[in-house]
Amino acid sequence: MATTTHAHPTAKFYWLIAAFLAVVTAVEIGISYIEVLGPAQAPLLITFGIVKFITVAAVFMHLRYDLRDYRTLFLFGLLGALVVFAVVLAVFQAF
Amino acid sequence: MAIAADSVFEESDFEATGDPIHRTRKTAMWIWLGSEAFFFGAMISTFLLYRTTTNDGPGAEIFNIPFTSASSFILLTSSLTMVLADNAFQRKDQRQGRIWLIGTILLGLTFLAGQIFEFTEFVHEGLTLSSSPFGSSFYMLTGFHGAHVAVGVLMLSMLVAFSLRGRLSSDHGMNVELTALYWHFVDIVWIVIFTVVYLLQI
Repeated sequence: MATTTHAHPTAKFYWLIAAFLAVVTAVEIGISYIEVLGPAQAPLLITFGIVKFITVAAVFMHLRYDLRDYRTLFLFGLLGALVVFAVVLAVFQAF
Repeated sequence: MAIAADSVFEESDFEATGDPIHRTRKTAMWIWLGSEAFFFGAMISTFLLYRTTTNDGPGAEIFNIPFTSASSFILLTSSLTMVLADNAFQRKDQRQGRIWLIGTILLGLTFLAGQIFEFTEFVHEGLTLSSSPFGSSFYMLTGFHGAHVAVGVLMLSMLVAFSLRGRLSSDHGMNVELTALYWHFVDIVWIVIFTVVYLLQI
């Protein structure tokens, strides 16, 4: 059976991504201690968390390079998780 | 920073996306990971719901952020070693693949040891599974995540054993890739837990 091949990142690129993730985590930890940021602190931490989440899923889990179907399936799961999240908090009037 | 395309990408020769068995197994894995996202979504929602219900007992103030940050670095590093193991097996370099797998196992075990230490400290400070809704939801969430890490360590150990016995040929490289997907998923769940449960609570 004929097989198709496609490009995956090199080991060097994975090291660069890991360094980037380490820097983002360090910044996150720093932000969590800076009280001056006040109300901006939570959105910043959430943004950095999302950046790390997407980077790992896209590069380490190969979602950026693999079939689009996999991405769709995972996004469907994430969307479901967000719906569960919103419904639980709404039911218990946590908003 | 400019990076040459050929230093970033390489061809993966067992990555047979046209192979129906390969696609079916990988699709099943992604469906399962999606359902796991539901599961952890529900657990995180529960924690957020009860994050302030401490029954006058200890709450988020007992978190040791520097310690948990170190644990987070360890788990993030294990994602790097895992992806390097996957990369080595794709290049049919079994020996290097095994080394990276063993590295991932050791990092996973270190993370688990850190979690056991953290739980022990919290119990000594009065935060138990039954002390408050905060305690229950915290231990359920982080405990289930820890259980996922433990299962991952078991799967990685089996891969090392298979490789040593010559039962992880290039035809079975898919097993490493699927285990890697699971391991990275456990890592991204921790990214969410670390941000939502630890950093946003202090």
